[in-house]
Amino acid sequence: MKRNTRWIGLVLALVMLTALAVPTASAQESSILDQVRARGSLICGVNGGLPGFGFLDPDSGEMLGFDADFCRALAAAIFGEVTSDNLVFVQTTAQERFTAIQNRQIDVLFRNATWTVQRDAELGIDFGPTIFYDGQGVMVPSDLGVSSLGDMDGASICVLTGTTTELNITEAMEKRGFTYELVKFERPAETIGGLEEGRCDALTSDVSQLAGLRSGTADPGKYVILPDVISKEPLTPAYIEGDPVWADVVKWTVYATIQAEEYSITQANIDEYVASTDAAIQRFLGQGDQASGTLLGLDNDFVVNVIRAVGNYGEIFERNVGVNTPLALGRGLNALWTQGGLIYAPAWR
Amino acid sequence: MSDQRSSTFVASRHAPVPFWRDIRYIQAFLQIVFLIAVVTFGYTLIHNLVNNLADNRMAINFGAFDRPFGTSISEGTSNFDPANTSNWQALWIGFRNTLRVVVAGLVGTTVLGVLMGIGRLSSNFLVRTASIAYIEVFRNTPLLVQLYFIYRGLRVTMPERVQDSYKLPGPVFVNRRAVNFPLIEGTDTAWLFYLLVGIGLALGIGLWVWRLRVQDRTGQPANVLRWFVPTLLIFGAAGWLLAGGPFSIENPELKRFNFEGGDKLSMEYITLTVGLILYTAAFVADIVRAGIQAVPYGQIEAARAQGFSGGQTLRLIVLPQALRLIIPPLGNQYLNLAKNSSLGIAIGFFDVYNIASIISNQTGQSVAVFAVMMAIYLGTSLTISLVMNAVNYSMRLRSR
Repeated sequence: MKRNTRWIGLVLALVMLTALAVPTASAQESSILDQVRARGSLICGVNGGLPGFGFLDPDSGEMLGFDADFCRALAAAIFGEVTSDNLVFVQTTAQERFTAIQNRQIDVLFRNATWTVQRDAELGIDFGPTIFYDGQGVMVPSDLGVSSLGDMDGASICVLTGTTTELNITEAMEKRGFTYELVKFERPAETIGGLEEGRCDALTSDVSQLAGLRSGTADPGKYVILPDVISKEPLTPAYIEGDPVWADVVKWTVYATIQAEEYSITQANIDEYVASTDAAIQRFLGQGDQASGTLLGLDNDFVVNVIRAVGNYGEIFERNVGVNTPLALGRGLNALWTQGGLIYAPAWR
Repeated sequence: MSDQRSSTFVASRHAPVPFWRDIRYIQAFLQIVFLIAVVTFGYTLIHNLVNNLADNRMAINFGAFDRPFGTSISEGTSNFDPANTSNWQALWIGFRNTLRVVVAGLVGTTVLGVLMGIGRLSSNFLVRTASIAYIEVFRNTPLLVQLYFIYRGLRVTMPERVQDSYKLPGPVFVNRRAVNFPLIEGTDTAWLFYLLVGIGLALGIGLWVWRLRVQDRTGQPANVLRWFVPTLLIFGAAGWLLAGGPFSIENPELKRFNFEGGDKLSMEYITLTVGLILYTAAFVADIVRAGIQAVPYGQIEAARAQGFSGGQTLRLIVLPQALRLIIPPLGNQYLNLAKNSSLGIAIGFFDVYNIASIISNQTGQSVAVFAVMMAIYLGTSLTISLVMNAVNYSMRLRSR
């Protein structure tokens, strides 16, 4: 009896080993687009704690924000419409966001992530088109009596760990030869808490994020964002490297919102444009025989679905972070190229 | 020849056992198969990991540790130079910070745990109830919650502005950011002071041992402290005078934003150390209580009959016997404390885990970084384990 069980154990161990030794079936062969379709849902990585960009609304329980709306645009492009089933938001911290792409836990990351050469080259991820041109700023209580970063020798500064911002503020302070203390936290809420409760004199982050965090404080009027912008922060969606089909889908969904703004196509007037006889508009909206979405492996009229779901780039901007929101950000660099900004879509033909 | 003879001798009654039924061969064979299985298993896992990472263009590269750290560490360093500090050096600073917490934590945990464990058995109602309340509260809530609670709690009870810091004699300044206190540094002649204190200490210990021998021989009370303390004091005073005041004091000074100069303990360090002590000591208290209760009551009665006071009974009879039972589980709690120190990242303490995750995030080398981090924690834990095993060995019951 005893010997029998021993042999059984051995056989089991061998079977397990052979199973392991077989090369692990890799998911790389099929595109993420196919996987998303097969799964029936898009898994989108967002911030979750940043008002204006990706924020879980406490009243409705919905994920709101600029980044979240681009997730919706992508879901609409793939599935035709956004339902509660076909779009799953995953909240990620700054620390874990790229690992989540590498491990294929998320299909795409819309999480105010800065596009850098090191991340692009070394992390096994690719970046799409920049959706928000940002820069790093410094926010202080207005009663601190500071008017620029040059006044901040000796200050304690709160910063989010694992970001480009902690590198930039280090360089900015070292360059000025200042003494300083960096207080690093893992979550945006803890950084703004550190400023509110006097752990730090200042908070540094992307200007858009500072505006978002300020809008969530008890008294937003108490804080000012200094005029210094110490870095370039192109906030860009990211996805796994080496999946060209998926890369094209993400890119052209973003471009569709930009091109729509250029054509002045909005959520409200999309039906008029669908009926348009203009060849360029027809091609853009995938009407008639003109190939548009089919080139990307999507519905030919996917642009119509995207605009119906979230509107054009300008609408997404104004709804979430524009001048009439608590963040009150102007378009600035994020205006269309026709209006002196950097937002530009390649040719749609 | 002798071979043949013995085999024929055995074979006269039994047929030779074929090797596949010989228990010795079977056992050796199974051991070999098991070894191969384990090695293959490990190899497969590592092979798959390395290959899959390389396929995803994220090949493991320990060279990333040689790059500059790039951002600042505000704990356990002064004049930190982010551009010329490699990731290895940053990890080392983080490790030192971890050790600062762990060493202070181990000492604090032991003292508080023993006091609370004894307190739980006290005949004084107030002491006993307070000890029980402490143990149950801290043992039954998660450490992470306690850390947040202490961190935010300490913050809001302190003055909001650095300018309004509490001033204690010293001068010591307490605010929401840190406890600032004077930095005491040895001057150039400090070595003379250290030398004489060392000689005094050695001589004192020699006298201590000699007095104990005298006590053994003659039965006179040893009064060791009466010999030890004056010796140390005389040599210390001589050293102080010879070195001409061996220490210089640098007071913290309030600048525009913060105190500068002097030394400080950050709120994060204080929170983590205090939090770990309070949490772990609750477990240690229960271990101490169990150890004490395991000493047969007859021992205590015997001690009382011999005229020992309550304190002497505890110190000379109960604790030495209880220690034997206390030490193995105590070692486990020490290990827990060392490992739990990694929760410091939740409150932004720059321990080795925090530094490592910054490196992991800035370089993308998560596998390499986590491998190094595991090696560091394993090394720390094994060292603690080794010490505790040695203590355990020296405390074992020697039967005569």
